[in-house]
Amino acid sequence: MALLLKNAHVVDPQVGLNETLDILVRDGRVVEVGHDLDMPKGVERDLAGKILVPGLVDMHVHLREPGFEQKEDIASGTRAAAKGGFTAVCCMPNTSPVIDNALGVEYVHARATAVGKCRVHVAGACTQGLKGETLSEMGDMVAHGAVAFTDDGRGVQGAGMMRRVMDYASQFGRPVMSHCQDEDLVGEGQVNEGVASTRLGMLGWPAEGEELQIMRDIALCRLTGCPLHIQHISTARGLEAVRAAKAEGLPVTCEVTPHHLFLTEDDIRDDYNTSLKVNPPLRTSADAAALVQGVVDGTIDAVVTDHAPHTAWEKDREFELSPFGMVGLETSLGLMVTNLVKTGKITWERLVELMAVSPRAILRLERVAVEAGSVADFTVIDPDAAWTVDPAQFASKGKNSGFAGAQLVGRATDVYVGGYATMEEGRICE
Amino acid sequence: MAFNHKHLIDITEYSADDIMTVLETAVRFKEVNERRIKQVPTLKGFTIVNMFNEPSTRTRSSFEIAEKRLSANSLNFGGSSTSTVKGESLVDTVETLCAYKIDMIIVRDKHAGVPRKIADVSGVRVIDAGDGKHQHPTQALLDLFSIWQTKGTLEGLHVGIVGDIGHSRVCGSLIPALKIMGCEVTVIAPPTLLPARPDVLGADHVTSNIDEALPELDVVYMLRIQRERLEGAPYPSLREYNMLFGLTEKRDKLMRPDAIVCHPGPINRGVELDSYMADHPERSVILDQVYAGILTRMAALYLLLGGSEDGIAA
Amino acid sequence: MNEKNLVKSVCMDANEIERSLTRMAHQILEANKGAARIALVGIVTRGDLLAKALARKIEEIEGVSVPLGKLDISFYRDDFMTHFAPEVHSTDIPFDIDGMTVVLVDDVLYTGRTIRAALDALMDIGRPSAVQLAVLVDRGHRELPIRADYVGKNVPSASDENVRLFLEEVDGTSAVEILAIEPGSRAGSAPLGGE
Repeated sequence: MALLLKNAHVVDPQVGLNETLDILVRDGRVVEVGHDLDMPKGVERDLAGKILVPGLVDMHVHLREPGFEQKEDIASGTRAAAKGGFTAVCCMPNTSPVIDNALGVEYVHARATAVGKCRVHVAGACTQGLKGETLSEMGDMVAHGAVAFTDDGRGVQGAGMMRRVMDYASQFGRPVMSHCQDEDLVGEGQVNEGVASTRLGMLGWPAEGEELQIMRDIALCRLTGCPLHIQHISTARGLEAVRAAKAEGLPVTCEVTPHHLFLTEDDIRDDYNTSLKVNPPLRTSADAAALVQGVVDGTIDAVVTDHAPHTAWEKDREFELSPFGMVGLETSLGLMVTNLVKTGKITWERLVELMAVSPRAILRLERVAVEAGSVADFTVIDPDAAWTVDPAQFASKGKNSGFAGAQLVGRATDVYVGGYATMEEGRICE
Repeated sequence: MAFNHKHLIDITEYSADDIMTVLETAVRFKEVNERRIKQVPTLKGFTIVNMFNEPSTRTRSSFEIAEKRLSANSLNFGGSSTSTVKGESLVDTVETLCAYKIDMIIVRDKHAGVPRKIADVSGVRVIDAGDGKHQHPTQALLDLFSIWQTKGTLEGLHVGIVGDIGHSRVCGSLIPALKIMGCEVTVIAPPTLLPARPDVLGADHVTSNIDEALPELDVVYMLRIQRERLEGAPYPSLREYNMLFGLTEKRDKLMRPDAIVCHPGPINRGVELDSYMADHPERSVILDQVYAGILTRMAALYLLLGGSEDGIAA
Repeated sequence: MNEKNLVKSVCMDANEIERSLTRMAHQILEANKGAARIALVGIVTRGDLLAKALARKIEEIEGVSVPLGKLDISFYRDDFMTHFAPEVHSTDIPFDIDGMTVVLVDDVLYTGRTIRAALDALMDIGRPSAVQLAVLVDRGHRELPIRADYVGKNVPSASDENVRLFLEEVDGTSAVEILAIEPGSRAGSAPLGGE
């Protein structure tokens, strides 16, 4: 079947495009990009006034299936992704059971094919049961399509074990993604150690608890040569370590979440809003400013959401008893456009790199570009749509957003995956 | 004189005038407590729930006595039979209590922020009787009362607080309260027992040398070494703690002649306080603090529940 | 006093108050056959001052100084939930009232609710053998079965009026005035010292 997308303002730094063009798609791939294209028969859509970019990828989400379907499942999580403008996500293995073998990878792929609204890539566990003790069957998982390895939710505690993980993973040409948290140092830490922990009377989660493992894993990257991706980086010094590693030429990349960019420990007021309880915790305003700088200067490769849905009753608890995490799939693009693009801190091209190009490169996925021959995964954005974040409107089962009530500008309106619309004019295509 | 608070949850929401209103009201309750019949009918018909989700004998007893002397109906809820043990959520528990048509919840919980959550969920008046490592505002009020009654003033006093500052809900309220009332505050502790940012609470000076600090202090406030609050061991032994930070007879001569000693109780004799100092007839106001607990809690109940219905002029 | 425009009439001046107190002192002594077992307890914030004046009169007449106390009824009020004023004045009865004849003293007797509260308060303090009531003004409108034993003056009044006693030692001048009730305020004793 044929699809003609007309008058879209195409932004794709991979092919140097920033102009209004027509795109002809046939059988899921781009046939032609140009002006005044015509098509004898098929679906034609006028995208005048909209921005079209290579499909956005969120390389760090928790779809919760199997095991925690009350929080989210693949059907609801991928709908949330589509609403947020994503054509693909990479889901984390801390499900129940843990995705630490080919069976889990196959299960997620099968469910995504059956009920999903975007491509779902699977990150397998580094160690069996995320216990940090025994290597998981990475080779079998790669054979079944796993794209990366991580024990996300926990750091691999032993340096020797982490070295073994990276040594072993390096043979598959797949990155190891590291959640950096020294459990002995962090303990039961709830919020950033410093002003927030003192003011709120809760145990602190010190920046050093993250930075130590970032520095350790960079050293292990040097030792093993395994591509290393630092997950949800949250501190200025951690970012500095990544910057130095990149300068040294090590295969190190990193990601940041919108909540670490646009919220700080000061946002946790005496109502103890559990939606602001995240791991790693919201840091200082100086850290957030450094992270924004890292986004601008390229030290940070990718923006991810760490979409972590929880049930309302789990979050409607004592702060210290409530689980870590906030949802993000449906607010990420709007937050980035509002806070960074509209303010002139980054260009649309840089946004595309952060949310589409780099995540694919890090995960070694097939390149998607606005050029003939490419897979037709596109995100169409209304750059001027003003809207207010209302968790009740989320497609995700999780309503635990730290941005409820935020006034945003910019929103995805149409999403195409392999030439088929998953969302049109803001509505999911069922 | 206006007093417009519904809750006593965060002492930093109280102005110096508000705090003085509580302290002055507490003075008036002395007369009631010194009579043969130590009870007035003021809170007749009010139902107050003492929701103690964490063991506490002293604070709970003090509140119960204050409630009974004001003729409130009180219900003790919690302890080992607490419904949270049975898996009920805090919100469900509070909503159940509210269905009993109660007027006030006094809450002690091991988690920070619970009193505010209860206030938001229940709509009834709430007093924080200690939440995790966060605050314990009635303790701060009774401490201020004892110091004020003994020293005649609060403004300009130099108060030193010694011990486990970092895990102390007492400090979470006391240090800000002392600052509101114009005191100078020095915290004295091993670095392992300090919070990340003592300045955020309001501490003016931080030191680990008690001997250098003592000669400057009008009030020496010794905190209880709370083993149950400490993860890991922040000092090598109780013996060494006593050596470095205990208020011993030997340190008496370092103190100003008119300096007083406070302690929130219960005392670990021989650890933070020697018996000589705990029982010192001129310096120790520890038992005055216990009595002040009754007076200030009666004052808080009276002020928070007074005018609780919007009346029409009769 | 910013209330001059509300004053409808002055029903007792300083001399009249003085004469009434003298008469009441005589009546108290006569009814109790002397001052032997009498104690005076004034209800704050005006009754305690009147009690002091009465005690002085009794001392002038009888040459005996009777025990004098003051009673605050804040903790006994029946309108705690609707008309709350955070000021609490102090109760100070520095003697044992057991077996005494306590003469409660107040400025204006109106609904009787204040006296009801005062009786409760007194009973919690001890067990007097008898309680009598002395008021400078009885303005009527009783809501409870309470009457005074000694009355300075009966002043008929309307319920939209306020009858207030002012005393030289706290207000600068002594008088009993009938005032119109300001919108939003209620009948009761004048606040102390020009507040």
